[in-house]
Amino acid sequence: METQATATSDVVLSVRDLSVVFDTPDGVVRAVSNVSFDLRAGTTLGIVGESGSGKSVTASSIMRLNTATSASTTGQILVGGVDLLTLPEEDVRRVRGSRVAMVFQDPMSALNPYYSIGEQIAEAYLAHHPNASKSEARAASLDMLTKVGIPNPTRRIDEFPHQLSGGMRQRIVIAIALVNNPRILIADEPTTALDVTVQAQILELMKELQRSEGMSIILITHDLGVVAETADDVLVMYAGRIVERTDVHSLFDHPTHPYSWGLLRSVLSLGESGENELFAISGTPPSMISPPSGCAFHPRCSFASSIGQKCSSEVPVLGSVAGTSSESACHLTDAVKIGLSTSPARGLS
Amino acid sequence: MLVFVMRRLMFAVVLLLAVSFVTYVIFALLPSDPAALTCGKNCKPELIEANRVRLGYDKPLFEQYWRFLKGIFAGREYGTGAAAFECPAPSLGYSFNQKRCVTELITKTFPVTAFLALGAFVLWMIIGLSLGAVAALKKGKWQDRVATGFSAVGVSLPTFYIGLLVLFTFVIWLRVVPFPAYASPLEDPSSFFTSMLLPWATLAVLSAASYVRLTRNGMLEAMNEDFVRLGLAKGLRQRTILRKYVLRSTMIPIVTVAGLDFAALLGGAIITESVFSLPGMGRLTIRAVVDSDLPVLVGTTMVSAVFIVLANVVVDVLYGVLDPRVRVK
Repeated sequence: METQATATSDVVLSVRDLSVVFDTPDGVVRAVSNVSFDLRAGTTLGIVGESGSGKSVTASSIMRLNTATSASTTGQILVGGVDLLTLPEEDVRRVRGSRVAMVFQDPMSALNPYYSIGEQIAEAYLAHHPNASKSEARAASLDMLTKVGIPNPTRRIDEFPHQLSGGMRQRIVIAIALVNNPRILIADEPTTALDVTVQAQILELMKELQRSEGMSIILITHDLGVVAETADDVLVMYAGRIVERTDVHSLFDHPTHPYSWGLLRSVLSLGESGENELFAISGTPPSMISPPSGCAFHPRCSFASSIGQKCSSEVPVLGSVAGTSSESACHLTDAVKIGLSTSPARGLS
Repeated sequence: MLVFVMRRLMFAVVLLLAVSFVTYVIFALLPSDPAALTCGKNCKPELIEANRVRLGYDKPLFEQYWRFLKGIFAGREYGTGAAAFECPAPSLGYSFNQKRCVTELITKTFPVTAFLALGAFVLWMIIGLSLGAVAALKKGKWQDRVATGFSAVGVSLPTFYIGLLVLFTFVIWLRVVPFPAYASPLEDPSSFFTSMLLPWATLAVLSAASYVRLTRNGMLEAMNEDFVRLGLAKGLRQRTILRKYVLRSTMIPIVTVAGLDFAALLGGAIITESVFSLPGMGRLTIRAVVDSDLPVLVGTTMVSAVFIVLANVVVDVLYGVLDPRVRVK
């Protein structure tokens, strides 16, 4: 319970019981169910999961960016003691981009192609500094361009997004996000669309800026390598629920949920001998319109057979695992959960 | 930018030359003898021959084309002696049917067509864009259904049907306006407006219908763009996002279509002009078709081609203004 035990004054964002339901023509999609977590000041929280696990919806719900009219969001999103979900739209707008900012996955499409990058950074600045002049906003943009490491910023500031490379564009998106000194940065797969070498640069940049600006970061990713490198705390999501909540060291040392364990097993590490076949979690992510009964992971879980009916009938609740600082939503006994890391992959799958 | 425009204009001139040649040759190859058409039923062969020489139809095809082309820039004289007459530059030929120079016929009818096109254009852009925007913003609500319903009906009904319906409803049944009789806006502005109201509306409904769709779909697509989400995440106001993000990307395809649609109308709205008896270029064209008046057909075709080619240049330039990605340095 380490994440919970920290002093609450240290917490910059609390999400309580967040559920997001989309009413689609094909049926009701419970994209996020009863998600709760805290973001501690100055730390990075990694949210890991496959596509469709609800991690991106969770992220956009925090800023109330689920624009689909069919979405209904319940729960609480507390920033500085205020619940964003109950605020009027205009007040939420004031929070967006100033106290909470967001970086998106694809820098190729995230920038407005019709305006220069300088205008786009200035626009974000002016949205929260209504009395600032154009030249002040431009100065702020120039300052940000330098901060995010754009070479030759005085010339670049008047260029358009299509004149920049993918890595450069992601730097611009980060510049836009950080121009108002937000306390919280939500990064939704910020490096997925980039080349591997550029990925490392962008992650390094984010870490640097986190240190210098004292931000907290929510990092959404499916890449465990990124998590290992940047996160302090980790949430593992599956089918819209948190299945494991822990700190990054515990996750890699001793995962306490069969899904986390499977994720870790399926990462190819350089040291591994080439003879071992890469482990894959069998099956496919569940349909979110009609998810499996009970624990949504049970059809793919290699341990479910040892438990029996319970896995397919009862939804496991997130609870602390004795002897660890982790919480896990699984019907296995704590002893088995702790021993997961030593389980041979082949024999059980 | 200037170089870009110059290059496009030069290309446009070449294109127009090609169009004029093809048009001229096609009409010349038609199986009707233009000289024979110059006189009525009881025509003597000698007269036909005389007219053939007078109008230059005795010359080989390429020389005829050359004379036609030269006439555009230098004017053209027909016949010799006392019977000689001249069509001053820019001459597009001589219509024996109407005993007038083609250029004169076109300059007389073109203003009517231009007023019709301009009014209808303004009307359909206002209706189409605003209804489309409302539909997109109120997607799925009753406003959207009304707008898309209007669009579906408008697109499906043919112009002549709408025209007759409008005529019947407003002129014959409700009697709110008199039967349109064209009057020049300079001489009699009020009867000009009452006479143009119905043709404008008729022409506008059809195009507005497709612009409703274009605008609605364009906006809905734009609202799903990542950069619109980023705009929202920046903390921009809904209004700002609509103006700077959504409208901008919706406008680009619309500008293209609107430019070409407007230019096509300038070549004459044949059906609308016929239904409402407007003495415009469309009616001139249809009459020329019925009478096999080839010089007039070549002339109106050329004028339409000029507008369409010009509109293409204008659209290309506007494209560069609206979208920096196609801007040329």
